[in-house]
Amino acid sequence: MASNPMYQFNVYRIGPEIKLGSVDISFTNASLFMVISSLAILIIFNLGAKKKTLIPDKLQLLSELSYSFVAKMISDTAGSKAKPYFSFIFSLFMFVLFCNMFGMIPYAFTVTSHIIVTFVLAAFIFVGVTIIGFMKHGLGYLKLFVPSGVPMVLLPLIVVIEIISYLSRPISLSVRLFANMMAGHTMMKVFGGFVISLGIVGGWLPLSFSVALTGLEILVAFLQAYVFAILTCIYLNDALNLHH
Amino acid sequence: MLKKIVLLLFVTCFACFNTVFAAESGGMPQLNPEFWISQIFWLIITFGILFIVLTKVILPKISDNLETRKSQILENIETADKQKEESQKKIDEYEKIILDSKLKAKNFFSDAREKILDDINKKRASLEKDLDEEIGEVEKELSELKNKSGEKINKIAAETSAELIKELIGEEVNSSSIAAIVEDQSKINKERKDV
Repeated sequence: MASNPMYQFNVYRIGPEIKLGSVDISFTNASLFMVISSLAILIIFNLGAKKKTLIPDKLQLLSELSYSFVAKMISDTAGSKAKPYFSFIFSLFMFVLFCNMFGMIPYAFTVTSHIIVTFVLAAFIFVGVTIIGFMKHGLGYLKLFVPSGVPMVLLPLIVVIEIISYLSRPISLSVRLFANMMAGHTMMKVFGGFVISLGIVGGWLPLSFSVALTGLEILVAFLQAYVFAILTCIYLNDALNLHH
Repeated sequence: MLKKIVLLLFVTCFACFNTVFAAESGGMPQLNPEFWISQIFWLIITFGILFIVLTKVILPKISDNLETRKSQILENIETADKQKEESQKKIDEYEKIILDSKLKAKNFFSDAREKILDDINKKRASLEKDLDEEIGEVEKELSELKNKSGEKINKIAAETSAELIKELIGEEVNSSSIAAIVEDQSKINKERKDV
């Protein structure tokens, strides 16, 4: 039923059913948009990196600006020690950004509006950051849960809070992106439905809302990708430079 | 009454939700685990390929580009600075050359003036010397002539007086006596003149 605002989030099989053992790994519309986003990133940045001119053309400028943008973001939040993780954060930022942006095309599927996708990304970041932290500092990484300058009386409580907040990082990271994407797209769909149901007489108000929401959603698409990447940088910063 | 309205509101809200979130499709499709594994699988595949290709191929190229641009710009600035320095040196040299040549020209001028003045002075001195010599000679000649003229006059006077006497008396007189007389007379004359 197409008028259901949640219908756009349906995942369905494209092509034949593929089974790995008893596990269904069929190619779906979500997979299709993951592939499209990745391919778009690869094509754009490959074209941008191909020509080695002193004065860049538009694509080259785009890729170089994104490169320095991400590089600056990382060095600002996580310092120079985070340089080896640059390519991962760059890929992450670009992947989330392109998935969000492709979701803004009408009839397209938004990969990042699915909690499972964002949760896998966030869980991978969480596990990776924790491993990096323990590799860099050994058991000293546990000092992260014991902030300095806290009265002894409050310490047990603070440690518990710190541990909970640390463990909830992947959940907050993934739910933030997923909820933003889902809410925005649902809202756009609802307003679009109002335009149809109110017709030519009363449909102008929701239509203008829809237009405004499209702009807002493009902003949110960029902003959420940025937030996702910058939070990853902050977590990485905790693991690399133990401040507490 | 109020309770009835609130209840009605609730019922309509519930009905709305039911139609909006269409219970027949099972609420949020995101929570349907049917394709979770497939999504995870394809996410790992696509993101993995994206990450590997970006890391191995594309990002090094971009950073290379940025580096070469940076170094080239720095190089260009360096060469520009060098060229500026060189041009400044050349300007200094040029100014020095001009100053030198000006000084040289001044020297030439003053040298030439001195030389000419020297020459003029020398020539003038030699000319004056010549003139002095000539004047001296002339004066000497004159004084000689003057000295000789007295004797000659005496001689002439003696001769004429001898002639006159001969004419007058008709006989010859001793010329030496006449000369003596003339000399005496001229001496007297001279004394008179001197007085």
